[in-house]
Amino acid sequence: MAQLPKGEIAPSDGLLPLVFNSSDNSFHAYVHIPYCLTRCGYCDFNTYTATELGDTSQSEYFQLVIKEIDFAKDVLEKSGSGPRKLSSVFFGGGTPTLLPAEDLISIFKHLVDVFGIEAGSEVTTEANPDSVDEEYLQALKEAGFTRVSFGMQSAVPEVLKVLERTHKPENVALNVSRAKTVGLETSVDLIYGTPGESLADWRRSLEAAIEMNTDHISAYSLIVEPGTKLARQIKAGEIESPDEALHADMYELAEELLTEAGFSNYEVSNWAKSPTLQSRHNVSYWESKDWWGFGPGAHSHVGGVRWWNVKHPAAYSERILSGVSPALERELVDQENRNIEKVMLEARLARGMDVNWLKENGFGEAKVLSELIADELVDGKALIGGRLVLTLKGRLLADLVVRRLLGF
Amino acid sequence: MSPRATTRLEPAKTNPDFIRNFCIIAHIDHGKSTLADRMLQLTGVVDARSMRAQYLDRMDIERERGITIKSQAVRMPWELEGQTYALNMIDTPGHVDFTYEVSRSLAACEGAVLLVDAAQGIEAQTLANLYLALENDLTIIPVLNKIDLPAAQPEKYAEELAELIGGQPEDCLRVSGKTGVGVDALLDKIVQTIPKPVGDPNAPARAMIFDSVYDSYRGVVTYVRMVDGSLSNREKITMMSTKAVHELLEIGVSSPEPEPTKGLGVGEVGYLITGVKDVRQSKVGDTVTTAMKSATVALKGYSEPKPMVYSGIYPIDGSDYPILREALDKLKLSDASLVYEPETSVALGFGFRCGFLGLLHLEIITERLEREFGLDLIATAPSVIYEVTLDDKKEITVTNPSEYPTGKISKVLEPMVRATILSPKDYVGAIMELCQGRRGSMVDMQYFGTDRVQLRYDMPLAEIVFDFFDNLKSKTQGYASLDYEENGLAEGDLVKVDILLQGEQVDAFSAIVHKDKAYAYGVMMTTKLRELIPRQQFEVPIQAAIGARIIARESIRAMRKDVLAKCYGGDISRKRKLLEKQKEGKKRMKMVGRVEVPQEAFIAALTTDAEKKGKKKGD
Repeated sequence: MAQLPKGEIAPSDGLLPLVFNSSDNSFHAYVHIPYCLTRCGYCDFNTYTATELGDTSQSEYFQLVIKEIDFAKDVLEKSGSGPRKLSSVFFGGGTPTLLPAEDLISIFKHLVDVFGIEAGSEVTTEANPDSVDEEYLQALKEAGFTRVSFGMQSAVPEVLKVLERTHKPENVALNVSRAKTVGLETSVDLIYGTPGESLADWRRSLEAAIEMNTDHISAYSLIVEPGTKLARQIKAGEIESPDEALHADMYELAEELLTEAGFSNYEVSNWAKSPTLQSRHNVSYWESKDWWGFGPGAHSHVGGVRWWNVKHPAAYSERILSGVSPALERELVDQENRNIEKVMLEARLARGMDVNWLKENGFGEAKVLSELIADELVDGKALIGGRLVLTLKGRLLADLVVRRLLGF
Repeated sequence: MSPRATTRLEPAKTNPDFIRNFCIIAHIDHGKSTLADRMLQLTGVVDARSMRAQYLDRMDIERERGITIKSQAVRMPWELEGQTYALNMIDTPGHVDFTYEVSRSLAACEGAVLLVDAAQGIEAQTLANLYLALENDLTIIPVLNKIDLPAAQPEKYAEELAELIGGQPEDCLRVSGKTGVGVDALLDKIVQTIPKPVGDPNAPARAMIFDSVYDSYRGVVTYVRMVDGSLSNREKITMMSTKAVHELLEIGVSSPEPEPTKGLGVGEVGYLITGVKDVRQSKVGDTVTTAMKSATVALKGYSEPKPMVYSGIYPIDGSDYPILREALDKLKLSDASLVYEPETSVALGFGFRCGFLGLLHLEIITERLEREFGLDLIATAPSVIYEVTLDDKKEITVTNPSEYPTGKISKVLEPMVRATILSPKDYVGAIMELCQGRRGSMVDMQYFGTDRVQLRYDMPLAEIVFDFFDNLKSKTQGYASLDYEENGLAEGDLVKVDILLQGEQVDAFSAIVHKDKAYAYGVMMTTKLRELIPRQQFEVPIQAAIGARIIARESIRAMRKDVLAKCYGGDISRKRKLLEKQKEGKKRMKMVGRVEVPQEAFIAALTTDAEKKGKKKGD
């Protein structure tokens, strides 16, 4: 399971020693729903099945989040991070739609009651294609949700089987269409590079997703995380290890087909039909905005403090119920590391980075930049025009570009 | 059984009649250090509270690997039939690389305990040391250790020992260093059979230096065995070879912690401190005398150990070069056998060409440099010394493949060894195959007892230094043991194989090999490097060449993807930490042209897979 980073122990009152004043930064909420029906073989997210959890009750989970919302308001006030309205809300998991729609709505309503929300804000939930129906989607829409993101992963049954995804492929198109009917923006998540998946399989999945006419598509290469069942199967030789060159071909195919279909890549793994259909919530992460992550294992970032909650739902519940901060550890990000993060995150965006900012902060040595152009990793014309923008090749090697910019 | 001595004999005033000087000859894992531990406990010089395993092995490496590198001398009291004796135990290293240290220790003793694992029997290195002991006219006490082991066969090996050194199988003592059984009887036997030291107490002082150790707090600590006369504290002493005069700041015995005394008398073993900072001023084998009443004839010294194996040692981080130089200077203080001189490598930068007694010595020195001085190092493939004669009769000595001349060569001489391998007879076939594959020619084969056999081969040293021992061990399931001695030079049909990365020669990977093995070496290295060097952003050809002729090639495909797919809330801290790690990793990269080669690739390419498994653990 994904390891939490290492940080200093977070205090029990949760108070934030703000590294800088961020009251003019926008404010966002992430709500983690740590439940799944079954665990997929590749997944290392902080999620639990009913059998893994025992008695920790799913039905009362939303009440814990509501308590954390009250706690957050109190902490932000006491820490001097002035009252701010939310600019986006995102429910992720796990499988948020495993909870009844009313639970998600209760949480959302409480967020709005406590913090308020900017007009036109994006409110997204992730959804399992099998766990929603028209009624469910209608209820979300009426409560103020604007967007739903389906975990499609693949259109090929054999690939879904390796991933141990149990949903019926046909339910994706059906529910995307229902969501559109009730007036929600839609997105699907795809995974490429699953062991055994061919380039033709991947083309089939892309075409199926395009066919659904969604507003947004995310495509992630499969990462074999240590500790997952998939990692064990590969180690035992039961499943072949994914091939890097094929991954690259698949990414290039995604770019080609999605562009043709009218999508535009705006971050390494994300494509949208128009700039307004980009996931504004996710963009807020890449722009280092402030957000509070609610729920076990959720990460937050406010005013240069990054912290993360205890991972297990039982530990989380115990802390919340006894009025203790659920934060496990935290780190204070100083200016130097903030700059590093900025390069690391913003270089991934299609809008690119301001070259002057890079130069002023010691990352834009002319020799390095010219080598990046020569190696076809950044767009030479854009660079001369003052923006550092990755080429397609550069997007595939984004981490390498970041290391070279940082001199690492 | 003797009671533990209640009083100790006072150093400097001890009658030589009551002194016994002995060493323990044993194979590397036959339990010498554990036996020494029991002796320390039984004689009461170390109490139970301060006892720790392998007490005498001072260096971390010694204790971790269970081998003794530096000799030590310990004075222990023991009582037999109402008389107290002073026993000086001189610890000896068991590994073939350290034969020179063994010979020093032997010269300080009148007797030796020949310690043999009762489950294993005698090994080749023990034979070599036993031979040295017999040459020094030492009294040998045969002892079988580990009799508590279920696999022990004391009867069988007692017969083997009796056959080897004469006497009856019953004369062979049986002990367990682990449980302590038989150790008191062994101490009694030492008193009874080992001759007392003989010397003239009234003659001018003559003490032989058998070890010299650099201690960062006390400077050089010199271990001596008094032969004639006596030395006392605050006296002025002269080193007979250099005529250098020093004042004795401290004189004493190890028991086993240093205990200052008034002096040392005939037959005694102890240490001297003069404030000297460099072991070379206190040379092993030299004779110490007094400045006032100097001896005229020095004791017979030792031959200086000669390096057999050379390797280039380079800091991973080029800026560590001065630290490496200082570290080598410091190690040299305590290890006179280490030789080095500055060297430059295109791939590795500035470093040192170092000469070692053997592979273990090389490994231990690099490990000490890394551990004690916090250095990260790369050691190049070990090489031997070649004498190359060119067509124009010019002669060149090559200790590094990069010095191998490119001109017309009329002949190359390489060092030969005579290898002695001792093994259960079942493995004879496998051993012969291995030796023949290493250009060995058999000298003779001799049965030892009923099921053990000794094979002697003449073979090039170069064939032994790389991975011969590891191969031998794996082909014989660890049962075979090896010893070798120099055996002159012989002409060889040798070529230099170079390795090129993206067309650039990586001098660290060049090797001088037999003509028939050049292709195999080229394929082995190129394949290995393809596995070890991470993908770069461009394709990297790897070639092996003799001169301009390419004999093997591989290529590393260009890296096409290096990007984290997901980078959301919780990934950010992790990703930044990963970047920091990669930054650290970058420091451990060496640039060959535009190719980043991780240090691990150098290490892995220059060592063998078997080597890692071959490391010894404590007994």
